[in-house]
Amino acid sequence: MKLTKAEVEYVAALARLEFSEEEKEKFTSQLNSILDYMDMLNRVDTSGVVPETHAITLRNAFRDDVVWKSLEPEEAIKNAPEERGSCFRVPRVIE
Amino acid sequence: MEYETVIGLEVHAQLLTDSKIFCGCSTKFGAAPNSHTCPICLGMPGVLPVLNRKVVEYTIKMGLATNCRINPEDVFARKNYFYPDLPKGYQISQFDRPLAEDGWVDIEIDGKKKRIGIIRIHMEEDAGKLVHDETSPFSYVDFNRTGVPLIEIVSRPDIRSPEEATFYLRRLHEILVYLEICDGNMEEGSFRCDANVSIRPGGAAEFGTRTELKNMNSFRNVQRALEYEVKRQQYVVEGGGKVAQETRLWDDAQGTTLSMRGKEEAHDYRYFPDPDLVPVAIDNAWIEEVRATLPELPMEKRERFIGEYGIPAYDAGVLTATRALAEFYEETVKLTGKPKIASNWVMGDVLRYLNEEKRDIRESPVKPSSLADMINLIERGTISGKMAKEVFEEMYRSGKGPEAIIEEKGLVQITDEDALKKTIEQVLAANPSEAEQYRSGKQKLFGFFVGQVMKATGGKANPAMVNDILKKILSGR
Repeated sequence: MKLTKAEVEYVAALARLEFSEEEKEKFTSQLNSILDYMDMLNRVDTSGVVPETHAITLRNAFRDDVVWKSLEPEEAIKNAPEERGSCFRVPRVIE
Repeated sequence: MEYETVIGLEVHAQLLTDSKIFCGCSTKFGAAPNSHTCPICLGMPGVLPVLNRKVVEYTIKMGLATNCRINPEDVFARKNYFYPDLPKGYQISQFDRPLAEDGWVDIEIDGKKKRIGIIRIHMEEDAGKLVHDETSPFSYVDFNRTGVPLIEIVSRPDIRSPEEATFYLRRLHEILVYLEICDGNMEEGSFRCDANVSIRPGGAAEFGTRTELKNMNSFRNVQRALEYEVKRQQYVVEGGGKVAQETRLWDDAQGTTLSMRGKEEAHDYRYFPDPDLVPVAIDNAWIEEVRATLPELPMEKRERFIGEYGIPAYDAGVLTATRALAEFYEETVKLTGKPKIASNWVMGDVLRYLNEEKRDIRESPVKPSSLADMINLIERGTISGKMAKEVFEEMYRSGKGPEAIIEEKGLVQITDEDALKKTIEQVLAANPSEAEQYRSGKQKLFGFFVGQVMKATGGKANPAMVNDILKKILSGR
């Protein structure tokens, strides 16, 4: 076991996810099997290979600094569960 | 016990692009809430960010101006955390492969130079703005600022006093503004600063535990907050306590720093490369292309002004405060060949009138060409320095050239020797007892006669000539 249940709980807390005990067990074992698979990949000799952060070799996809038309505020907040004065309304975040 | 203060600063500067870093929404400040948003900056599912090329150019510029190494391959990373001002649940930033690293800037305090190291400069997107309701349990979110391009400039812990911190900040600020990549407006949040502060016993090799200070929105507040925090930490240590590693907010009204503990959770950002953005590759050709656009920087300009124009360091400091002011000054010098006189006028009347109305040098109704005309008229003796003050005021109010004003007001200086002689004789004749006293040794009365002559000519007499003639007549008799 590479990953403990405590670590799963920690990651879940970071992601604001709540799990039952049963789910925690399940995810611990699933995540461990993924890590085992990674271990298999780690056995491949990559000494001559440059590390890549992306699957494609493309570099420099840019846009020019040109302003486009934004959404109308009414449009932008259409999905908001709560709104006020074209702002998203959320539970207060400071005391 | 003697303590040494150790400070490192993180500066966030908003880049002066027209559109956001990953989408085409406008970056203009002060628009109606959520009127500069689109599916990309709102973090809608399935959208793809595309990097604004100008952000890379501007960051290279700052990297070069602060002597950094420009990394040939730079990667964007996701910084994961939850807060209502962050619609995606992560901020696109840079982590282990920032654009620029290992630079420095020099600061100068009382003529002493000190080098402050820069660890890194990276690109990232800004978060949205939260407005808190004072009366009900709600906060309101405006995402206009979300995705506005920022660079974060991280210094080494080389700063040893709150004063040094302020000098370093001013230095970064003036460089950013000189490069024209940031408007430097601290009130609107275009230039923000967080500070890491610790103290240690003098001579110790290890750093003390640091606190992070936030919420200081002016140079003055940065210095005040740091001074307070250094004293607080000394007080804690001397009381036998330990400084806690925490984030503290500067409270401007109270003049204190307050712990954010309790609200803050363990930071674990789980950085990883953003799969939506391909790496940025910067070759030497691109670096050189950007280098060619670098202007002369403020400190170099200051040194050149002192050397080339022979003006005092103080003058050079004032005149290089902005690029536009330095250009105004240099243009005036070019047209007059009188660096110190030009400096006196620009620092004096020009800035005084502009400051009264809080106007920028670029809005000056008096242009360098007409200021130079006026200085040349003084040099030629057409008007006196005193008249010039009046002429300048009129130039400033009306935008007219000096010649037109001199003509309208009949301000031409009297340089006709015979006419002046005649006036002086009249003055002496009208004040016989003073003349007698002067001749019997009361030399102080000389000024009285000069004043009378100036009065009689409505201030138009050439003062140098009046002095000469008056001396001749008084001693000649």
